[in-house]
Amino acid sequence: MNVGITVNGKDVTADVEDRMLLVHFLRDVAELTATNIGCDTTSCGACTVLLDGESVKSCTVLAAQASGHEVTTLEGLADGTEMHPVQRAFHAEHGLQCGFCTPGMVMAIVSLLKENPHPTEEEVRTGLEGNLCRCTGYHNIVRAVLAAAGGASPLQPPVTASEASA
Amino acid sequence: MSILGTRVVRTEDPRLLTAGGVYVDDLRTPELSDAARLTFVRSPVGHARIAGIDSSAALAEPGVVAVLTAADMDDLAPPPPYDPDNPGGEGGPVPMGGPWQEPLLAVDTVRYVGEPVAVVITDEYYQGEDAADLVEVDYESLPAVVGPLAAVRDESLLFPAAGSNTAVDTRGDAFDDAPFDSCAVVVEQDFVNQRLAAMPLESRATAAAYRNGKLTVWHSSQNAQICRWIVAGVLGMPPDQIRVVVPDVGGGFGAKVGIDRDGLVVAWAARRTQRALRWAETRSENLVGMTQGRAQHHHIKIGGDQDGTIKAYRIDIIQDTGAYPRAGGFLPGLTCLMAPGVYDIPTVQTGFRVAVTNATPVHAYRGAGRPEATAAVERAVDMFAAAIGMDPAEVRRRNFIAPGNFPFQTKTGALYDSGQYAEALGKVLAAAGYDQLRAEQRARRERGDTSQLGIGVSSYVEITAADAGAGETAKLEVHDNGTATVFTGSSAHGQGHHTAWAMLVQDELGIPMDQITVIHGDTDLIPDAIGTYASRSLQLGGSAVHKAAIEVKDEARRQAASILEAAEADVVLDTASGRWQVRGDPDTSLTWGQVAGHTSDGVLVADVRFTADRPTFPFGAHVAVVEVDTDTGKVTLKRHITVDDAGPVLNPILAEGQRHGGIAQGAAQALLEEVRYDADANPLTSTLADYAAISATELPSFELLASETPTDLNPLGVKGIGEAGTIGSTPAVQNAVVDAVAHLGVRHIDMPTTPERVWTAIQEAK
Repeated sequence: MNVGITVNGKDVTADVEDRMLLVHFLRDVAELTATNIGCDTTSCGACTVLLDGESVKSCTVLAAQASGHEVTTLEGLADGTEMHPVQRAFHAEHGLQCGFCTPGMVMAIVSLLKENPHPTEEEVRTGLEGNLCRCTGYHNIVRAVLAAAGGASPLQPPVTASEASA
Repeated sequence: MSILGTRVVRTEDPRLLTAGGVYVDDLRTPELSDAARLTFVRSPVGHARIAGIDSSAALAEPGVVAVLTAADMDDLAPPPPYDPDNPGGEGGPVPMGGPWQEPLLAVDTVRYVGEPVAVVITDEYYQGEDAADLVEVDYESLPAVVGPLAAVRDESLLFPAAGSNTAVDTRGDAFDDAPFDSCAVVVEQDFVNQRLAAMPLESRATAAAYRNGKLTVWHSSQNAQICRWIVAGVLGMPPDQIRVVVPDVGGGFGAKVGIDRDGLVVAWAARRTQRALRWAETRSENLVGMTQGRAQHHHIKIGGDQDGTIKAYRIDIIQDTGAYPRAGGFLPGLTCLMAPGVYDIPTVQTGFRVAVTNATPVHAYRGAGRPEATAAVERAVDMFAAAIGMDPAEVRRRNFIAPGNFPFQTKTGALYDSGQYAEALGKVLAAAGYDQLRAEQRARRERGDTSQLGIGVSSYVEITAADAGAGETAKLEVHDNGTATVFTGSSAHGQGHHTAWAMLVQDELGIPMDQITVIHGDTDLIPDAIGTYASRSLQLGGSAVHKAAIEVKDEARRQAASILEAAEADVVLDTASGRWQVRGDPDTSLTWGQVAGHTSDGVLVADVRFTADRPTFPFGAHVAVVEVDTDTGKVTLKRHITVDDAGPVLNPILAEGQRHGGIAQGAAQALLEEVRYDADANPLTSTLADYAAISATELPSFELLASETPTDLNPLGVKGIGEAGTIGSTPAVQNAVVDAVAHLGVRHIDMPTTPERVWTAIQEAK
């Protein structure tokens, strides 16, 4: 069937199998591979994207269901070269290690902060229950969310490589 | 001022945060543009004879290129027989022959659910799933062996030719009761150190292409070079005809050391079919196909006196190795080595058996044998403390190896390099507010609150870079434009090596970090290396980078002296500016680019291997605070406070990140995670809906304390930090759970301490 989805502001149209999942459409048709597949039971959240601004797990949405709608993936989050505040907070707070859960985690947090701009730590942890990370123990992810929400400052201001180089 | 010790945010992050990483299944390289999909047909039964395989229905499906089975592997030499003296190890799981033969694809028997039986190669991904369902395999059921206790009874054999389910037995006459007979108090207990899934967020993935006699394998691995060594051996190809590329890797945790049979099948099938292939397993495959961890049964015996002195300790281990003993005695061997932990115990008795069971094979998982040792001895010490009515922290203090006794030779053959065990425990108890916590606990007990407080302590020592003598490689190039490139043998998959190695080079050479590129994971560029496991990277790989920088500096000094027409001894590097000068003459100044440009090739190069004489032994102490609801058995981890001393910290952000992740994985074992099988060897936890991978809601923020005791075994003074958190946290959390309900008469609760287990323990104690 013919599916047309606006992905990161760009129209992508293709004839695909009826059963094609949105995550496969994004990765194999739109050639946007930041969105990862971490499980097959809608448990891990690695494939989280925004569908009309709301977070969805793209392994549990058919491409056909997203036809005519707008999808935002990690690749579409930054404003040109300016990282989104959640991306900046992940960098400053070391909220990622291997990076595999990161695209889904970041998109879930963008959605979480839209619904609740100033969450408590407990609200952040509850809000991220559907997104698994195996590297960070969630500690710095939670810090990054609180920092992005303006609720926490780094323990010690970290330095970037170029500052360290100066 | 040195950049070392500074909180430098990672250079890796901007790419990962804006474009996403490039993991194996993300590769859009031209060699894979026409790649077909490979899908495994896996055994749905735990133990069966294969009476026949019918591929005809699958072959009739659209897009099916081939269906391959073991019968098609006539181009492979049989694997070498099992060698009891070299039964595998952290060098990676290698298929073996002999009576314990593990084939790449099942030949006539399947021994675990998930075992690869056949592969289907299709043009498209969804076609593979469809066609794999149509491969008809005729299974004739065999009796299932579930769990190591059943296995050692040998009532049913996985390998009749071997004559037993016990592949290794080191017990001999190790267990002598005499030392225990003189103890005033002796405690014996069985512990289950349960089977866990490694569960990196990226499951296993391999792509392969065979063109013009050269095989390229892209593999999600912790070490490209060991992969190449294994692929070369199994496929019978010279290593120089094989290129292994490791792109971004979405976590490994020990289960991605080398390349296991699934990845080898992909490489073989690419050569066989002359078609580029991609394979990326689903999570449901991963939870039965990827090697799993822990899976030990312990019987411990601990004896001592009423004054808290521990006089004798024994651990008798049965390792459930799963269906194939590919790891030999590697895991329980490490458990035995580290059995006495941080304690100076006059008598330590260890021994183990390795038993095959109808379950997924077991290999390294974050800690690999050491968490099991720490879990056992730290539970044992707590049980001994309870038996003599002494505070568990006090019992620990009375038995620690004293700071003046290092290097310390243990009864089990380890040589601990350095340690400050009492200081670490004191620091973590103070930060936790141990006395106040005990007071709060007493108050809740007296009130009979439903929410009881548990305080768990663990002190640990572990071994890192166990194969220190194998070392690690680094090549450093400084180019005539002033930039530098590091080719490292360490293989990053989240640890931040690219940031850390650039810091090391900047510190030594004064070349700014943002002018330094770090490359890893390509055997064409880095043919000789070991890779990342056993918390070895900084102490070996980092030390290699440091060594290369010093060699480059020495060569640069010779070049600069030649340009400046000065004696070498008078030429100095100002690392703040990254410029070479004649001492005391600021008018002379050469950039790195000018110095490199003076060489015949326009590049300064050092290609080194760093080896260390011995492993290092990081240590620490953890305190966990839990609340247990005595009506429901529900456990809530409220606080977790740690000292994890791995020597000087290169970049606190990275070291803390390793500790955070380790603590979470260790706590997950104590609280939640367990791979389970039913009585017929069917896995009950083969999806993430069933396997209780820990989430953000089950964890608190962690309280980390600094402590830096250097080693003299490498120039950086560092030990490994990758696994420490996991090793320390598990027993602290488990001890806390038992402590919370100890006043109700509970002596011990096996992991995971689920509400059902805790509630049952409370009921049984009543």
